[in-house]
Amino acid sequence: MPAVQDTIDRVRKIDVDQYKYGFQTEIAVDKAPKGLSEDIIRFISAKKDEPSWMLEWRLEAYRRWLTLEEPTWARVNYPKIDFQDIYYYAAPKSTPGPTSLSDVDPEILKVYEKLGIPLKEQEILAGVQKTDASDLEEPSDNVYKSGRVAVDAVFDSVSVVTTFKKELAQAGVIFCSISEAIREHPELVQKYLGSVVPTSDNFYATLNSAVFTDGSFVFVPKGVRCPMELSTYFRMNEKNTGQFERTLIIAEEGAYVSYLEGCTAPQRDENQLHAAVVELVALDDAEIKYSTVQNWYPGDAEGKGGIYNFVTKRGDCRGHRSKISWTQVETGSAITWKYPSCILRGDDSSGEFYSIAVSNGYQQVDSGTKMIHLGKNTSSRIISKGIAAGFSQNTYRGQVSAHRKATNARNFTNCDSLLIGDQCGAHTVPYMEAKNSTAQFEHEATTSKISEDQKFYVMQRGIPEEEAIALIVNGFVKDVIQQLPMEFAVEAQKLIGISLEGSVG
Amino acid sequence: MLEIRNLHARIVDDGTEIIRGLNLTVKAGEVAAIMGPNGSGKSTLSYILAGREDYEVTEGDILYNGQSILEMDPAERATSGIFLAFQYPMEIPGVATMEFLKVAMNEQRKARGQEPLKIPEFLKRVKEAAASLSMDMAMLKRPLNVGFSGGEKKRAEILQMKLLEPKLCVLDETDSGLDIDALKIVSDGVNALRAPDRAFLVITHYQRLLEHIVPDSVHVLYRGQVIKSGDKSLALDLEANGYAGVIGEAA
Ligand SMILES: Nc1ncnc2c1ncn2[C@@H]1O[C@H](COP(=O)(O)OP(=O)(O)O)[C@@H](O)[C@H]1O
Ligand SMILES: [Mg+2]
Repeated sequence: MPAVQDTIDRVRKIDVDQYKYGFQTEIAVDKAPKGLSEDIIRFISAKKDEPSWMLEWRLEAYRRWLTLEEPTWARVNYPKIDFQDIYYYAAPKSTPGPTSLSDVDPEILKVYEKLGIPLKEQEILAGVQKTDASDLEEPSDNVYKSGRVAVDAVFDSVSVVTTFKKELAQAGVIFCSISEAIREHPELVQKYLGSVVPTSDNFYATLNSAVFTDGSFVFVPKGVRCPMELSTYFRMNEKNTGQFERTLIIAEEGAYVSYLEGCTAPQRDENQLHAAVVELVALDDAEIKYSTVQNWYPGDAEGKGGIYNFVTKRGDCRGHRSKISWTQVETGSAITWKYPSCILRGDDSSGEFYSIAVSNGYQQVDSGTKMIHLGKNTSSRIISKGIAAGFSQNTYRGQVSAHRKATNARNFTNCDSLLIGDQCGAHTVPYMEAKNSTAQFEHEATTSKISEDQKFYVMQRGIPEEEAIALIVNGFVKDVIQQLPMEFAVEAQKLIGISLEGSVG
Repeated sequence: MLEIRNLHARIVDDGTEIIRGLNLTVKAGEVAAIMGPNGSGKSTLSYILAGREDYEVTEGDILYNGQSILEMDPAERATSGIFLAFQYPMEIPGVATMEFLKVAMNEQRKARGQEPLKIPEFLKRVKEAAASLSMDMAMLKRPLNVGFSGGEKKRAEILQMKLLEPKLCVLDETDSGLDIDALKIVSDGVNALRAPDRAFLVITHYQRLLEHIVPDSVHVLYRGQVIKSGDKSLALDLEANGYAGVIGEAA
């Protein structure tokens, strides 16, 4: 396990403060005035040069949002958010929209460099092939062979650059910021936007629909296998600014795409709000793999600051035999409220949810999935690994339901929780509902503690305590890590190690 | 190499004293057998040597190469060359045996200021060691000890010992759960490691193991003390007459 080795090195370098992405960057910004109103929405829409239908859509969502109450059912506690005390738009001044790399503010490029996100295509092309212990393992089929990843970089409210656009275009793949898609591909956006997560869906999704500022758009046409991994990297830089990104991915008949999402934010004492909406549409025989490594700032050791992460992610297996797979590694945020879900509408469609949620310090995680079986012979699989340390609370919340017509719906759920220390909590809240007698649902759940016996055994081989725990934890999450594309798998293992730093002793 | 002086130790949780004034000296190159009835404190002694926190030393000292090791944590002790082959090895789900070996070997190298092993060199060493213990490489891809049979677990312990090249090897009932063939393989493995600068503490119930690993000294542990020491003939005597005589003598 090379990552353990790396984790150790990394952790050593970070002394008191464990969050290495906490730096701030001084960049001239263009901001909307604080607060939310129809005028602010008009301001955002105008900044983005949007067609009038888009503005109307936003305003309708806003009016709806005014009638909604913030949900309270999740097992998370936080002071009431003042939605008028947030900036809803912040854009680096020099970058009015996605441009070529040479137009991007060098300060922003430096940020991505610090974060280790390659934006220069030639560097990515030169991509160093890993030569670690992975050759000891059976290569899994999800390993992305060519080692190239196209990146869309979103900085606060705008996408600053998208790489490999030309090459993707040759394959017929559209990969751009959602703002650009609204201008350049309005027919596609109008057809699919809000078709999976309607504007009226829930409090945060409705808010997002009103004020979303940027995000990524992916369209993979019929029969095309996207020639490379696509990825968006979200960075929240500005103080008191909400990030409301909107991502829309469409895979037409027989298409395949694998998409990665990564996020970080500077370390600040104030809480910052992140309310994203992600919609996936898979038509007949299409497959979408969506992976997230979420590492928003979690707050300090006393629980001060950190990101509130209220996210609505949903995939619609609209076509027959379509497949949507969510994989998430959640290590950051003060509060996580997130349930990537699948609507299994097409016959023989399948949905997967693989999750690792790590909480430490005073983090609160309430995450899980919904698998809604509507079509015949649909199947779903849920593997959730929750790891709680420090004073954190970690809840898995899942819903599996089979509609009356969903004959032979099958689900397998496995939720394992691992506790480190005795001040933290892990909770499992599964809902199962079958309106069809042929449905077969299977549920397994375990909660365990890292045993002293195990830790002693590992340490007896000369492995120091922190590394021993990282090793045991990485073993615990292995099933999920294996689902990630290789680049992210290594990163994810490191992150888990770093997140658990300070959890022992 | 190892000098245990008037060692007293108790269970942290409930204060029960398990080791009660134990004295034992093992020289470099020596193979010392520890025998004794169930519950006399043999495993506890091995845990205390390895630094397990469930036990608290209240009196006495453990000197390893002349230095007290009481303040060292288990990883530090391991790195300094103390190895314990567990009576009941732990399962580590999701961590391939091979990966575990690599992390352990490289952690120890790092602590000694050595470079990590290059993959081909690492693989070569593992392959050789596994072959000498008649272990299948396919097994090493499986998570450590998970679903291993009793005998496989014991072999995996000896494999780790071979690869980590410790100086003080403590074997806790490595013979239990082994059939005759496996016992032979494991014993040969241990014998191959015998060296002038390496000592062994072989904990066992049976003379059987000592026919293969011939000890230089035999010590009887009872109620947390060494009540009798002798040469290999003591083990034969115990086998023939049981512990009762020795215990009676000491009482
Ligand atoms: N952690 C512990 N908690 C409770 N009792 C223990 C613990 N460790 C050892 N003991 C007790 O100490 C005694 C010695 O045990 P052990 O060292 O395992 O003996 P042996 O290996 O010689 O059979 C036994 O009575 C055992 O139950
Ligand atoms: Mg024992």
